Amino acid sequence: MGNGTEIGRVRGLGSAKHGSKHWIDQRLTALGNLLLTAWLVISLLMLPNFQHETVAAWMAQPSVAVPLILMLVSIFWHVKLGLQVFIEDYFHDEGNKLAMLTLLNFYVIGAAAFGIFMVAKHAFAGVPA
Amino acid sequence: MAQNPNRPLSPHLGIYQKGAHMMASITHRITGFVIATVGMLTLLWWIASIAGGAESYASFQTWTIDAGKEATGWQTASNWFFRFVAVGVLWSFFQHFFSGIRHLLMDLGAGYELKTNRTWAIATYIASITATGLVLLYVANRMMGA
Repeated sequence: MGNGTEIGRVRGLGSAKHGSKHWIDQRLTALGNLLLTAWLVISLLMLPNFQHETVAAWMAQPSVAVPLILMLVSIFWHVKLGLQVFIEDYFHDEGNKLAMLTLLNFYVIGAAAFGIFMVAKHAFAGVPA
Repeated sequence: MAQNPNRPLSPHLGIYQKGAHMMASITHRITGFVIATVGMLTLLWWIASIAGGAESYASFQTWTIDAGKEATGWQTASNWFFRFVAVGVLWSFFQHFFSGIRHLLMDLGAGYELKTNRTWAIATYIASITATGLVLLYVANRMMGA
């Protein structure tokens, strides 16, 4: 195999000027996670108990459902960026790396969509009878 | 491309002296992976079980917290598994949380002096263990009170 063309040698190998966006997004979502998870922990510890009635009423409030949805977006975005670096560092075979990155994207988008749907459904429609 | 196996390589993990800062960095990755997978999947299960109604919430509790006296072998095993998950995920969360604050501060350019850097790294462990302990005590206290 020859060395190929100039563009062929560099394609897919590194910075395409998206690196700094990845870095900044990781920090921004980190800040979002910091605030929103701190809110979740405090909010949960302030509940009188963890019976279904209590947590169901808690999660139905707009002041809980909205930050909870924002938290899921921020966390899964952060997970995507973080585990992407993880995969890029430890999977050296290009095929395996691509497969793992695909799996990661399916996981974060699927899990986030599921969580957001559940919170929204609960807040809009209430508990099934 | 043919590679000379004796080519000079850039310094890697093995040549550095081990210390709290190195530990904090490695732990940040491991704890991140734990909360991103086990932690988030359990949280989503909990959220879905709330939305699913009293029965699905009871089923979540049966599998994760306490299956009661008529527990099957699988349920007892699952309860023990989730007790470890609870402690592991809780500590991982707090460690990643405090270690993350350290990283954000370092991104601002602060804390690169050797001693300061080491002190902050150790502080993340003290903070995460303390926070985990406090939450566990609080929960245990509640459960016994109920």
